Amino acid sequence: MGIDWKKYTYPDLYDELIDANGKPRTIAEPLARQLANMDPEDLIRLKQTAELAIKEMGVSFTVYDAEGGSIDRQWPFDILPRIMGSREWTVVDKGLKQRAKALNMFIDDLYHDQRIIKDKVFPKEVIAKSKNFRKQCIGMNPAHGIWAHICGSDLVRHSDGNIYVLEDNLRVPSGVSYMLENRQVMKRVFADLFSEYSILPVDDYPSQLFDTLAALSPRPAAYPQVVVMTPGIYNSAYFEHSYLAQQMGCELVQGSDLIVDDDDCVYMKTIDGLERVDVIYRRVDDLFLDPEVFDKTSMLGVPGLMRAWLAGNVALANAPGAGVADDKVVYAFVPDMIKYYLSEEPILPNVPTYLCMRDDECKYVLENLEKLVVKPANESGGYGLLVGPQSTKKEREAFAKLIKADPRNFIAQPTLNLSTIPTLFDGKPEPRHVDMRPFILSSDQIHVTTGGLTRVALTKGSLVVNSSQGGGSKDTWIIDEESI
Amino acid sequence: MLSRVASNIYWMARYLERAEGVARLINVNSNLLLDLPKGISPKWGQLVSITGADELYSQEADDSDRDGRQALKILITDEKSPVSLVTSIVNARENARTVRDVMPREVWEAINSLFIFAKDGSAQALGKRGRYQFLSDVIEQCQTISGILAGTMNRDAGYMFLEMGRLIERADMTSRIIDTRSANLLPNDHEMDEESPALLEAVKRRTYDSLQWMSVLKSLTGYQMYRLEMQVRIQRQEVLKFLMQSTVFPRSITRCMLEIEATLEILENGERALLVINRLKRQLDHANFTKLKQTELQHFVDQLQVGFSQLHDELGYAYFGQIQDAKQTQAAG
Repeated sequence: MGIDWKKYTYPDLYDELIDANGKPRTIAEPLARQLANMDPEDLIRLKQTAELAIKEMGVSFTVYDAEGGSIDRQWPFDILPRIMGSREWTVVDKGLKQRAKALNMFIDDLYHDQRIIKDKVFPKEVIAKSKNFRKQCIGMNPAHGIWAHICGSDLVRHSDGNIYVLEDNLRVPSGVSYMLENRQVMKRVFADLFSEYSILPVDDYPSQLFDTLAALSPRPAAYPQVVVMTPGIYNSAYFEHSYLAQQMGCELVQGSDLIVDDDDCVYMKTIDGLERVDVIYRRVDDLFLDPEVFDKTSMLGVPGLMRAWLAGNVALANAPGAGVADDKVVYAFVPDMIKYYLSEEPILPNVPTYLCMRDDECKYVLENLEKLVVKPANESGGYGLLVGPQSTKKEREAFAKLIKADPRNFIAQPTLNLSTIPTLFDGKPEPRHVDMRPFILSSDQIHVTTGGLTRVALTKGSLVVNSSQGGGSKDTWIIDEESI
Repeated sequence: MLSRVASNIYWMARYLERAEGVARLINVNSNLLLDLPKGISPKWGQLVSITGADELYSQEADDSDRDGRQALKILITDEKSPVSLVTSIVNARENARTVRDVMPREVWEAINSLFIFAKDGSAQALGKRGRYQFLSDVIEQCQTISGILAGTMNRDAGYMFLEMGRLIERADMTSRIIDTRSANLLPNDHEMDEESPALLEAVKRRTYDSLQWMSVLKSLTGYQMYRLEMQVRIQRQEVLKFLMQSTVFPRSITRCMLEIEATLEILENGERALLVINRLKRQLDHANFTKLKQTELQHFVDQLQVGFSQLHDELGYAYFGQIQDAKQTQAAG
């Protein structure tokens, strides 16, 4: 009965729960004990219960089909949790706060004196060619000097057992609602397991998010008018927008619900007339925010919104222009930023990164394409990648051309052996690769979620965890280790 | 409450009520046809024209469409037809999608199942056999949704817009169902067989007449309520009084107006809409159905429908701002 973990192991990889000898790690022992009493049929039944719960709870994300329509798809979920000890997590938490601090100082610096460029720590040409640098933001002073109020940083564990930061998402990072809903689903279907562990809670995120946003209000009030701005029901993250609005008790608005009046203040159209808005948690990209300033054809934005923001009459989170640090070339400089602004050593390492803008590194990249992962600097969602070891000669040649044409736009990293974690298929655990996206909230205070959203590549051997490309997710447990 | 959200809730309720109303409309017409004397051919085109979709149904189509298949497509299955049952349900669902966060989860699930049911099953309603069952099921599911809403939603502004959407559409549908009855009236005297003895004709006509009014009442689930309230046998002016002027029957036009009035008195900014309501109430009050002959009745109903449309516009100006969606059409008057 139960699971033979000896058969589970996978050579040369780090597994989150099972060690190289096929023995559950200390943090996984209570889980393994529970599983030892269960048949594959029990696990299949649990998985079905979870799927039903997800359907009932209406957790979905939107994907676009070939005909240009969109469909709501259920959120793929695995019932075996990802477990991490609180001692390790404390270090990660500190490292993420340090990173968010440095990134915000960097963005603020870029839109002011650009000291980091004058001191030759950061090359000027990177900014000159950045797609996300907004000259309209130069000289702006957002509240508390914070630009990236909500940051989602992707973490991976390599086969050396260390945790690395893979990228920082500073534009409109999504996924936090799934982190919260995953915990709800687990409580419904796997309640037995909760009694074996002392699991740190995650549910205070919506109130922390509200506090973070409220602290940005230009008008002091106990409950400033905070709204969530969505591009609308056809956006892939619409579920999350409506979920967060609901959880925070805020209005969920679209661009057409807002107007900027002659006084340069933002108002929402309500049944009682116009009502002033103080803080907008916008889930709309910079370029669609304000047709007067950016994309003139944008139907999602609000004419005059930038005017109101620059006048200090409304707070936008994240601030326009914050995306300048959401660039894989900028990423490579984050450890330098930490040293430069904070005079500290980086707590969390970056994945070693080759910048094609540097001639010698570009040469190395071109000579070693089959070993590397090549990424364009400004894409997100796992699009436009070259995964060297899985590529064909033709693909490599095509990428070499792209790199030579625009070296600034590419970086390369060694292919990481992302750690694996037991994931159920037909009631039996198989190793699948995972990453984790914690969220960092910054305004007058900094909060990091307890754990984050764990994403798992459901296809055997695949390293792509994005939900738009066949990824699933797991609940993430940070365990109070003193209690095991 | 955001104007857009209020407007979406209002339209969701209207479309749900419209789906139920169209189902009732088709059911009443099917029943009336069964009661028609031999030799009089049913006119499906009039039904289409009552819902305001004339342009989809030409005169030629009407002549060749003996079994009503063409007309029923327009009224039930055709997603391109603005008045079809399926279109209304699709629109109700689209509006519900954007206001999922202000309604209990069960409402969305129920609307979603209605949508799936209608998409899968509407084709069977084109034939005579499956039609009654399909339409009754649609009516029942619409009522289930209303029940969930009534039993679970906070009585806040959102609920008031839900109510007003439902009531305007309901009043409008009752007026259209009365129209259907008028359209299927037996031919006038001079078209009848001149050979038949006058007395026999008169008896026949009276019988058909009351049978048909009974059908109208039944289609509105109003037969028993009529008996309780009016305590007279089924006859034209009494049924019209009941459907237009009753203050107790939930589908009577006056009752709908009274409920909207009560809601508007709680909400602010409803003055102009209240003016329209008061005018409609006066018109209803002063109507004398014994005197109103068939064409005059049709004219009176048209006037009411213009009033509903004005009421809708006033709500739009007062609460929904400019973002009132032009695509969501008031069924033409």
